[in-house]
Amino acid sequence: MTPPPGGRLDVALELDCRDVPCPMPVIELARHLGDVEVGELLAVVAHDPAAAVDVPAWCRMKAQDYVGADTADDGAPRYVVRRLT
Amino acid sequence: MTAPPARSVDLDSASSAPLHPAAREVLLAALDRGYADPRRLHRTGRDARLLLDNAREATAGALGVRPDEVTFTPSGTHAVHLGLLGLLRGSRRGSAVVHSAVEHSAVRHAVAWGADGDREVRVDRSGLVDRDGLVDDARSPGVGVVALQTANHEVGTLQPVDGLELPDDVPLFTDACASMGRLPLPGGWAAAAGSAHKWGGPAGVGVLLVRKRARWRNPFPGDDRADERSTGFENVPAVLAAAAALQAVVAERDEVNARQHELVDVVRRRVAAEVPDVEVVGDPDRRLPHLVTFSCLYVDGEALVTELDRRGFGIASGSACTASTLTPSHVLEAMGVLTHGNVRLSLQRETNRADVDAFCDALPGVVAEIRSRVGL
Repeated sequence: MTPPPGGRLDVALELDCRDVPCPMPVIELARHLGDVEVGELLAVVAHDPAAAVDVPAWCRMKAQDYVGADTADDGAPRYVVRRLT
Repeated sequence: MTAPPARSVDLDSASSAPLHPAAREVLLAALDRGYADPRRLHRTGRDARLLLDNAREATAGALGVRPDEVTFTPSGTHAVHLGLLGLLRGSRRGSAVVHSAVEHSAVRHAVAWGADGDREVRVDRSGLVDRDGLVDDARSPGVGVVALQTANHEVGTLQPVDGLELPDDVPLFTDACASMGRLPLPGGWAAAAGSAHKWGGPAGVGVLLVRKRARWRNPFPGDDRADERSTGFENVPAVLAAAAALQAVVAERDEVNARQHELVDVVRRRVAAEVPDVEVVGDPDRRLPHLVTFSCLYVDGEALVTELDRRGFGIASGSACTASTLTPSHVLEAMGVLTHGNVRLSLQRETNRADVDAFCDALPGVVAEIRSRVGL
């Protein structure tokens, strides 16, 4: 699934990791995966350049679905994950 | 103040190896005998020239090339710059460079500085370049040079340098810094570069190889030294010591490589089995014998380097927080593998099974302790 052009995916929970360094965005993702239902979307907003690589890698290692990247309200990079387990 | 660790194990030979014992005496003797200007015709000048020529012949013999194809440079980085940019300057076809996405920063900086056009070719999850993509891109108009490393310096994966079907007028530059001495040079290149401090020679010695028939033109101001491709006063003692170390490393590599390959297998196996949520990366078989890289989820790379150092283990990391640029390793990024919690371990010549086991024994506790700081 790709984000709608110019739009934003509708996520169940968005985590604000704008100002935390690597690897905090991935740690927050792991902490809050259980806060959404299986099948729902969870997003992490992060300026950390490592997140663009580490969020998809985390999904692969933890058998979750990496949906893709879009941007938050303020234009910050946002990475979207679908909970599978 | 905490007491220093009982043991200190340097597991970072890919950054630098200590001087090989075979090089030490050569270096000390040459410091006295090889100080003069090798261009001068008096006795001490002739002496220095003789040592320089000996070093060139020994290096050529160890690498299986002709002596007149060998140039000593002030660093491996400078050899990379000269080799790549010299081929580019000599190219009749164009000034763009095609290179893998996982080349050393020396190659990336040379391309950024001197190429007009930069085509980066993707790698797979193991770090292996897309060979067909590389050859396809090389056929594009305007491409002057292809650059492909012999082996990746961060993850150890060997690249298919030999037998690339490049157009006749597109020469190949190979950065051999990670493998020179340890592995035979592949074929198919027009210029290559190596770095002595990575094989146990002194720092400040690079090796540039330019094939006899290659179209190479000096990309920088020239000089009037013994070798037309080099500039500046030759460091004859260091060059001779580098050559002695290279000869020794080549002579013992069958034994050393077999031993190190097995020790790295132990690390790969034990880390994957004993540390939860870890990814061991790079090709498990077609790789440098002495190097392994893995990444641990939820772990800060800087904390990992610091805690392992406190326990006596010196390792490198490609994680963003350990880099001067504060960006993650472009190699790990191109492979699409986890960039945080990264460890690159590279064995020294003397590293033994006890060292490797001690590292593997210590690692799970260190990782667990760092994870517990964030409640994971």
